[in-house]
Amino acid sequence: MTHKIRVLVAKPGLDGHDRGAKIVARALRDAGMEVVYTGLHQTADMIVEAAMQEDVDVIGLSLLSGAHMTLFVDVARLMKKKGLDDVLLVGGGIIPEGDVPKLKKEGIAGIFGPGTHCEEIVDFIRKNVKK
Amino acid sequence: MKDDLAEKVLKGDIRAIARFISLAENNDPAAAQSMKKIHPHTGKAHVIGITGVMGSGKSTLICELTRLYRKMGKKVGIVAVDPTSPFSGGALLGDRIRMMELAMDKDVFIRSLGTRGMLGGLTSAVYDVVEIFDASGKDIIFVETVGVGQAEVDIVKIADTTLVVVVPGLGDSIQTLKAGVMEIADVYVVNKADRPGVEQTMAEVENLVDIACADKDRETPVLQTVAKEKRGIKELVDEINKHRKYLEKTKEFDKQRRMRYEAELVEIIKKRLMSFIFDESTFKEKIEKLLDQISRKEVDPYTAAEEILGKILK
Amino acid sequence: MFDKKELENIKKNHSDWEKNHYTPHKKKHPERCKKFENLSGVEIKQLFIPEDIKNHDYLKDQGFPGLYPFLRGVHPTMYRGRLWTYRQFSGFGSTEETNQRYKYLLEHGGTGLSVAFDYPTLYGYDTDDPHARGEFGKCGVAVPSLKDMEILFSGIPVDKVTTSMTINGPAAIVWGFYIANAENRGIDRRIIGGTIQNDILKEFIAQKSFIFPPEPSMRLIVDTFEFGCKEVPRWNTISISGYHIREAGSTAVQELAFTLGDGIEYVKWAMKRGLKIDDFAPRLSFFFNSHNDFFEEIAKYRAARRIWAKELKKLGAKKARSMLMRFHTQTAGCTLTSQQPEINIARVTLQALAAVLGGTQSLHTNSMDEALALPSEKAARIALRTQQIIAEESGVTNTIDPLGGSYYIEWLTDKMEEETYKYWDRVEKLGGVIPAIEKGFFQREIAQAAYKYQKEIDDKKRIVIGVNEYQMDEPIEIPILKMDEKGEERQINRLKKIRKDRNKQKFERNLTRLRKAAESDENLMPYILDCVHSYATLGETCQILRDVFGEYNEPAVY
Repeated sequence: MTHKIRVLVAKPGLDGHDRGAKIVARALRDAGMEVVYTGLHQTADMIVEAAMQEDVDVIGLSLLSGAHMTLFVDVARLMKKKGLDDVLLVGGGIIPEGDVPKLKKEGIAGIFGPGTHCEEIVDFIRKNVKK
Repeated sequence: MKDDLAEKVLKGDIRAIARFISLAENNDPAAAQSMKKIHPHTGKAHVIGITGVMGSGKSTLICELTRLYRKMGKKVGIVAVDPTSPFSGGALLGDRIRMMELAMDKDVFIRSLGTRGMLGGLTSAVYDVVEIFDASGKDIIFVETVGVGQAEVDIVKIADTTLVVVVPGLGDSIQTLKAGVMEIADVYVVNKADRPGVEQTMAEVENLVDIACADKDRETPVLQTVAKEKRGIKELVDEINKHRKYLEKTKEFDKQRRMRYEAELVEIIKKRLMSFIFDESTFKEKIEKLLDQISRKEVDPYTAAEEILGKILK
Repeated sequence: MFDKKELENIKKNHSDWEKNHYTPHKKKHPERCKKFENLSGVEIKQLFIPEDIKNHDYLKDQGFPGLYPFLRGVHPTMYRGRLWTYRQFSGFGSTEETNQRYKYLLEHGGTGLSVAFDYPTLYGYDTDDPHARGEFGKCGVAVPSLKDMEILFSGIPVDKVTTSMTINGPAAIVWGFYIANAENRGIDRRIIGGTIQNDILKEFIAQKSFIFPPEPSMRLIVDTFEFGCKEVPRWNTISISGYHIREAGSTAVQELAFTLGDGIEYVKWAMKRGLKIDDFAPRLSFFFNSHNDFFEEIAKYRAARRIWAKELKKLGAKKARSMLMRFHTQTAGCTLTSQQPEINIARVTLQALAAVLGGTQSLHTNSMDEALALPSEKAARIALRTQQIIAEESGVTNTIDPLGGSYYIEWLTDKMEEETYKYWDRVEKLGGVIPAIEKGFFQREIAQAAYKYQKEIDDKKRIVIGVNEYQMDEPIEIPILKMDEKGEERQINRLKKIRKDRNKQKFERNLTRLRKAAESDENLMPYILDCVHSYATLGETCQILRDVFGEYNEPAVY
C-alpha cells in the first residue's frame, strides 16, 4: 500500500500575493506529497468542495491581506459542517500573534508566519496528518 | 463499511467517490472489494481521452467541452494526470487550477492524480477512477494525460474516443506525435488555431491522417478550436458524439470496451504481482541477495528472474 | 577614458598583486565564501580596477546630471536643489482614520501623500459586495465612492500636496474620484498633481490585482494617458512598477528588465493610438524596490535611467523631459522579519540609503512592523525619521551621484544593462510582452527565483538575522495597529445613503453612456467622470466595464 499525503494549497479571498503559497507547494512536492494548488480568489465553498473531491489530508491556506479571522474561520467552520474532521487545516501569511489562539480554537491546527522554514511545515504535516 | 462505500458511490456521494478513488490509488485491499460491487453498474459513460504536448491547451479545452456538456444536462467527471517526481515521489497537480470556472458546479467532479511512477502517462489507478465515475452516474468522463508525447499511446486503451491536441507553432508537436501516437486519434484538434502557422499545421495533420486512414472505413476528422475564446467547441462535441454513434453502430464499442478491460486486467495482475514480489519480506531478502550476485557477475538478470518467477509459479 | 599605457601598467600590477599577495593570503586565511554572488547571481570579484571599465567613454556612457543619458541623475542640481519627496504609503480601515494618519504624516514632515487601498477597492468592489467579505480596510483604506474620497482628503490642501494612489485595475475610476473631489472644492484639474499606479502589466506578472484581460486594460490605460496630457497635465498617469515584481521574488536584474520592458510596451501602445511621444512620455514615472544588496540596487537605478533614455531616444523622443526617468522607491517589504522587528529599522535604513545614492525622486521607507500588521503610528513615524536623518544628517546629499566613477558601481551598472537586453531578446522571441505574459514566461522566471531564494535561506546559504541566525525567542513588544471596529458598518451605511440620495436618472443614464463608450473606442475618462459626479459607486462603475471587457483568468504557473 502506498499512501501519499495529499495537500490542497489555497488562497482565500482577494489577496493576490502568491509567492509564499507557490513556494510552499513546491516544498511539499519536494517532500514527496501530492499538492493541488487552487490558485487565487477562492471562497470557502470552493476550497472545501475541492478538498472533498481531491480527498486531501491537509488544507493549507495562505493569506497576507489581514482578512484571516473571517476567511480562515469560514473554511474551518464549513469543514466541520461537511464532516471533514479527518482533514488537517493549517495556515500561513501575515497573521499577528494575538490572533493565533483564536484561530487554533476554531480548528486551524498550525499557523506559519513569515520566516518559517519550509521543513517546519513539512514536519508539522507529517506529524499531525490524521488519516 | 465497504458496502456503504460502494452504495454511496452508486448514489453519487462526493466524499465516497473521492475516498474510493484514494483507496484505489493506494492499492488498499478495501478498494478491490468495493470495485467488485460497482463493476456491474459501469459501462454507460462515454470516456473521452485527451492527450497532447504541454501547452496545447488540453485543460482549457476540457473546461469548455464540459461547459457545453453541462448545458446539455450531462454529468461530467474529469481525471487529470500530472507527473510524479521520480526523485521526491511528490507531485504538483496543476490541472485543476486551469479549470477554475467549473469550480462550483456540483455535477462536475475533478480529480487530480499523480503518475506515481507509472510510465505511459497513465497511472494504473485511472482505470479504477473511470469505473468509479461511471458507476456514480457520470455521463461523460474526460481523462487528461501528461503531455509528454511518446507515452500517450496508453490512453487509447482506456478511452472510447481519443482526442489528440496539437498547436500551431509549437515546433515539434507533430514530430513528437509521429512516434506511434498518430494512429490513436479518433479526432484531431488543432487548438489555439488563431496562432500563425495554423494552415501548415492543418496540412501536416491532414497529410498524416490520409496516410493513417488509407485503408480504414472512417477518416479521422481534423478540427480547429480556439478554446480560450470558446470557438469550435460545439463542432468538437458534435464530432465526439458522432464518433460514439459510429462505435455503437459498428460494434467497435464492444471491441473498445474489451480492450479496456484487457488493459485493466493486465494492470491489476501486474500491480498485484509486483506488490507480491517486491513488498513481501521473504522475497525482498531473496531479491537483495540476487542483486548482489548480479553485481558481482555471479548471476545474470534473466537467471535471477527465472528463480523468482519459478518460486511464484510453483 | 583611461590612458591605454596606464591601463596596461595597472593591469600588470594587479596581476602581480593577485599572484603574490592576494592568493597566498587567501590560502592561509580562506575567504568566507567560495564564490561571492549578488542576489541576481552575478559573481562579484574581490576587487574592481580601471580595467573593468576600460571602454568607458565618460561623456557618452556617464555624462552629467540632467543631460542624456541621465546616468548620474535627472536634474542638474538633484538633492542640492531639492530633496526627494518623503512619500509614505498609508491607508487602513475607514476614510476617517486614514485622513487622521495623513494629517499626522504631513505634520511630522511628510512632503507627499500616498494612498493604500483595501482589497475590495483594488478589485473594484464596493464594501458591501459579497466578494469583499472580511476584507474591508484590512490592508488599506476603502474608497468605493466620491463621498469617501471627500472624507479621505478633508482638510488636506490637494492643490499644494501631491498624492500618489496605488490602484491598478480600477485606476481610471479612482482617479476620477480624486479629480472630481478637487473640482468640487474649486480646485482646477490643471493644477492638481500626483500619480496613479495604473500599471496593469505588472499585475499580470506579479501583483495579480488585475480585473480585465490585457487588451481592454491597455486601452483604458492609454485613455488615461490621453486624458492626462490634455486635461490634467501635472499628473503622472502611470507608475511603471518593479516593486511588486521584486516582492514576488524576482532578482534585481529581472526587476529592471521586466519593468523597463513593460514601460516600452506602454509607450508603443500609446504611439499606436497616435499620441506623440514627447506629449505623454514626460508624465510616465517609475516605481522601484530597494532590496538588500546595497550596491546592486544603486547600479540598478543608474542602469535604469541610462537604458530608458537610450530606448526612448530610439523610439523618437526629442525632448529631454521625455527621456529622463523619474522614479519613486519603496524599501523591500519582503526582506523585513516578524522576528526581532526592531532590527528592521536597520535594514530599512540601508535600503533607503541605496535609493538615495541611486537618485530616487521620492521614497517610502517601510515600518518595522511590516511583517506583523499595518504600520502603527510610532513605527510609521520612525520610518519617516529615517529618511529625514539621511537627508539632513548624513551628508550624502552634498554632491550628486557620489558613487559615480566607482569601478565596481560602473562595472555593475554596465552588467545590469547587459543582462536586461539579454532578457529582452528572450521576450522578443516569445512574441513580445503580452504574448510572454500569456505564456507565463515572467511568472515562471519569478517563481523560480523566489524558490531559489527561499531554498538558500532554508539551507542557510543566505543569512537572515533573527530568522536563520541569531534567533531569539522573545515576545514582540512593539505596538500593533488597532483599527476602528465600527468602520465597516459606517462605510456600508454610507453606501446605502449614497445610493438612496443620488439622482437616479442621471446615475442610470451615465452608466448607460459609459457602457456604450466602452463598447466603442472612445476615450472613457469623460464618461467615467460623469458617472463619478452622479455618485455611481466604484463597484457599479466597474461592473459596467466587467460586463463589456470580461474578466481575466491567469495561466497557472508555479
